[in-house]
Amino acid sequence: MRVILPILAVIITFALTSALVLMVGASPLEAYYHFLVEPLSSRVSAVEVLVKATPLLLTGAAVAVAFSGGFWNIGAEGQFLAGAVAATAIGLNMHSLPPAVAVPLTLIGGVAAGMAWVATPALMKTRLGIDEVVTTLLLNSVALLAVSALLNGPWRDPISQWPQSPDIAAAAILPKLIPRSRLHLGFLLAILVVAALGFVLSRTAFGVRLRAAGMEPDAARFAGIQVGRVMLTTALLSGGIAGLAGAIEVAGIHYHLIEAISGGHGYTGIVIATLSGLNPWAVVPAALFIGLIDTGSQTVSRALGVPVYLGEVIQATLLLVTLAVLLLQHYRIRWERRAA
Amino acid sequence: MSEASLLAFLVGLLAATLRVATPLLYATIGEVYSERSGVLNLGIEGVMFLGAFVGFAAAAQAEAAGWGAYLWVGLVAAMISGLLMALLMALLSVTLGLNQHVAGLGITLLCTGLAMFGFRLVFGERPVLPRISPFSQLNPFPGTPILDPLLNQYLLTYLAFLVLVPASVWVLYHSNFGLQLRAVGENPEAADAAGINVFRIRYAALAISGVLMALGGAFLSLAQLGAFSPGIVAGRGWVCIALVIFARWDPLRAMFGALLFGGMFALQLRLQTQGFQLPYEVLLALPYLVTILALAVAGRHAPYPGAYLKPYRRE
Repeated sequence: MRVILPILAVIITFALTSALVLMVGASPLEAYYHFLVEPLSSRVSAVEVLVKATPLLLTGAAVAVAFSGGFWNIGAEGQFLAGAVAATAIGLNMHSLPPAVAVPLTLIGGVAAGMAWVATPALMKTRLGIDEVVTTLLLNSVALLAVSALLNGPWRDPISQWPQSPDIAAAAILPKLIPRSRLHLGFLLAILVVAALGFVLSRTAFGVRLRAAGMEPDAARFAGIQVGRVMLTTALLSGGIAGLAGAIEVAGIHYHLIEAISGGHGYTGIVIATLSGLNPWAVVPAALFIGLIDTGSQTVSRALGVPVYLGEVIQATLLLVTLAVLLLQHYRIRWERRAA
Repeated sequence: MSEASLLAFLVGLLAATLRVATPLLYATIGEVYSERSGVLNLGIEGVMFLGAFVGFAAAAQAEAAGWGAYLWVGLVAAMISGLLMALLMALLSVTLGLNQHVAGLGITLLCTGLAMFGFRLVFGERPVLPRISPFSQLNPFPGTPILDPLLNQYLLTYLAFLVLVPASVWVLYHSNFGLQLRAVGENPEAADAAGINVFRIRYAALAISGVLMALGGAFLSLAQLGAFSPGIVAGRGWVCIALVIFARWDPLRAMFGALLFGGMFALQLRLQTQGFQLPYEVLLALPYLVTILALAVAGRHAPYPGAYLKPYRRE
């Protein structure tokens, strides 16, 4: 069922969204060929799928760990931006250091900033019992305004006057995995983080406590688990991973800060976490699939003239359909021979 | 600044405040209805965006077809789009009992994608944004000294402050429906035991919220701008989420909150155009920070509706 349900959700989503393809006057089957097969047929676009999946692996993992620990972190977007800002601030000052020092410092800065950004809602939740959904959500807007203030103020590009920061030091840039492509070390790091998270959640005592606190906080408390402390750790872990995603996007792809540095990766993380059933291992195929949809929406737009925003509609529909379809996991299909 | 020009500046600021506060007021009161019934509707940002697009697209088509009432066609179309999205939200969060915040965000993502898809489909890729001639402002008391700019407002602004707010106060606190709505939001089990149909009331509350949110968005495209652009809503929905808490789930306080937050935005715009070197983002961030601070101060005593975020299932 754990494999069947997401696949069922994908099929239902494609059936629903084919109405939009028909409105453009294109054939849905052709469109979904361009979505799902075409990007994988050339090496360049297949690598691009991995590039697109890199931040999504991390934001998906960040949301999955928070949700399974019962901390409804809607703020991965803001934590991503905080991580991107910190990585830029550090990366701009790394000119005299070797890459072996500069790269880790830049990334650690991103993790720390993501943690700091989630700390306020997390403490308000664990200390004061204030619901975290709205506080984490509102801080997304604050983070976006902070990025805008930095780019229109101290970091505005002195030459072009664009709202774009200067480039970070070459030493802070993540090395490429494949020369002359956009694929960088961040992809491997993201896979490592997701694998480590999968191990922690399924194989360690902390993972058991985290999931217990998420599923039944009262029962967990009765069993002697310090729910508040576990939840605080969960929130910081989630914020740190989202912050790392922001840092990696700066140090691996853009090399400077722009206002659209995230463009919703934090929200897409919620789609991926839901699709994965909050299981870190399943975050990998889910993120790759969304990366494929992202790449495919560009190929389908070029080939058939379907607006590129079809990709966004598919992702949102997939989120809602998956949520609904997951209700079925409480049921079991039984094959019975009817009595004659 | 001389006394006369200071007065003119203040009247102008106040007039702009009313305009900026109008979309916030529609959407915030919409959110008050849904949250008071126990459903956090995070579809707000997306439904405002969809309302702005559908209203604009329908009005542009009707205008091109030479209909005189094209703006009203746009308004009605926007309200229908908001209603449909509200029913989808109700299906997911009330009937199926899914996570309200995840379902709501999904609605926002869906509306954003649909509106952008539709915008490309209807208007294609143009170098210049398509425009319509928007609602004009009207003045019921023309020629009033000093206050003239203040009274010169859109009909939708007058409706928001003089009709929507008092009507919502009456509906929520003095009508049978409002009593049932608040009962369902505080304690659905007890309301059900008293014979109230929890599901039907929540559907109705969400339907009202969706229509009002879409109206707030359509105000932006049909009155304030006469155009639609991808950045038209720009987080106003999230401001309204903050406003509802700031207003402690009350329509009258929501009006004062909308004026306060709208005043900050209007002031920020004026200061920017007058060349003040103040990072305007600080003023824009204040509503969020003030709300988070208010929550921290109120702590456990924040007057959340009792069944906030809790889906209801009949045993």
